Amino acid sequence: MKEEIIIAGFGGQGVLSMGKILAYSGVMQDMEVTWMPSYGPEMRGGTANVTVILSDQRISSPVLHEFDTAIILNQQSLDKFEKEVKPGGTLIYDSNGITRHPERTDINIYRVDAAEETARMQSAKTFNMIVLGAYLKVRPVVKMENVLKGLKKSLPERHHHLIPLNEKAILRGSEIIREVSLVE
Amino acid sequence: MRELKLMKGNEAIAEAAIRCGVDGYFGYPITPQSEIMETLMAEKPWETTGMVVLQAESEVASINMLYGGAGCGKRVMTSSSSPGVSLMQEGITYLAGAELPCVVVNVVRGGPGLGTIQPAQSDYFQSVKGGGHGDYKLIVLAPNSVQEMADFVELAFDLAFKYKNPALILSDGVIGQMMEKVELKEYTPRWTNEEIEKISPWATTGKGAHRGRNVITSLELEASEQEKVNHRLQAKYKEIEKNEVRCEKFMCDDADYLLVAYGSSARICQKSVELARENGIKVGLLRPITLFPYPVNEINALADQVKGILSVEMSAGQMVEDVRLAVNGKVKVEHFGRYGGAIPSPGEVVEALKQKIIGG
Repeated sequence: MKEEIIIAGFGGQGVLSMGKILAYSGVMQDMEVTWMPSYGPEMRGGTANVTVILSDQRISSPVLHEFDTAIILNQQSLDKFEKEVKPGGTLIYDSNGITRHPERTDINIYRVDAAEETARMQSAKTFNMIVLGAYLKVRPVVKMENVLKGLKKSLPERHHHLIPLNEKAILRGSEIIREVSLVE
Repeated sequence: MRELKLMKGNEAIAEAAIRCGVDGYFGYPITPQSEIMETLMAEKPWETTGMVVLQAESEVASINMLYGGAGCGKRVMTSSSSPGVSLMQEGITYLAGAELPCVVVNVVRGGPGLGTIQPAQSDYFQSVKGGGHGDYKLIVLAPNSVQEMADFVELAFDLAFKYKNPALILSDGVIGQMMEKVELKEYTPRWTNEEIEKISPWATTGKGAHRGRNVITSLELEASEQEKVNHRLQAKYKEIEKNEVRCEKFMCDDADYLLVAYGSSARICQKSVELARENGIKVGLLRPITLFPYPVNEINALADQVKGILSVEMSAGQMVEDVRLAVNGKVKVEHFGRYGGAIPSPGEVVEALKQKIIGG
């Protein structure tokens, strides 16, 4: 098993921490993992992305230019990464703020309206966990028990009381994701 | 007990330093390595192992603090990124001239000048060919994973004290910033004063009645004497070349072509090897782990087997010169690299191999 993922959006959406929780979940499942962030002066308000690789085997390059799955959370990232999904791969996106929707017909496209859902749940900080839950629904690469362990490992102890809320958000994400059919 | 953590390369350096009994860290912040000092400050090792962590007023100050600490036989280190390491070059050549053991970490970013904060490998010449003045060498280690970032701290100190020579860990923004699983070692206590006197009898630990003065200097005004110093240094470097070459081979046994790359480029090239082999091109990878001493014999031997060699480095072509010296004209050697902060993709490397070596 090997899953090469790019998670991309705005700085502040929790892109990097979502990647970290996913990576830690992989560690809990005894997998090899790498987490490679974009880093630079463009972080706040600009685009942020992280490449996460989960594998049963030793991981070669932590830097990739094509992905099994792209999780896309803003228009700039969609423009940049839609073309870097491998044929037959998966693209998951939040339609909030998207003006040009994905167009490729050789990949599986899913939509998760996480921003809308966080507004409904009145908890903006669970946004990335809703997206994570949606991702794990269509790509169950790690077991939920290991995700919860990963969550615990990557959150500082003073935030551990938020774990049930995050768990709820992950579950909600798995419920609201839906496939987008581009075949007319 | 095995303790597995997920951490950045920079964080691993800091954790490993505390655990292997380092006495002092002196540094000045610069991207992409600031997490080293941040982690040390957060861990507060002065409360546990007694390790000193100090943000100096500049890189020049940090490296001279190493001179002082190392002169006392202490295990001292600093870290910086390219522009900061350039500032340290005077101190580094003094440390090499005075034969003082210490560890310097360079998490390389794109240059020249202030350049960019993105990863690069364009400090190879500075690291292995001097950078400061005079005939000196550093022991240079090139980690390619977060685990090696942790492991090489202790290894660098072992080699530095074995040869009374500064050791450099040459990393880059990719390895410094990425997170991977890492297994940390148990804590080793810092050396006691008695241990220091035994391990480093040359150190300026305070002269009792039992011995003469210990003098630490890189100055010798008499040319005949300074030549002797140089002879001693050169003999030491030969000894290091004989004993300490480290490299890793990946799928070289049946290879028709060879990639040579270190650090993060070696990780990218490993994927390139996999891609090329899926397309029926038999490629191997030789990864130098020590850049000084350089795996000259290993590369020379592979040159008898392969039809051509591509040196891959995030630079305009620095290490390729050492590959060519090692190959000594036996086969074609070319360089491929992206630089100024750009990172090559595994596919680009395969394309370069096809164009520059196989087709060329």
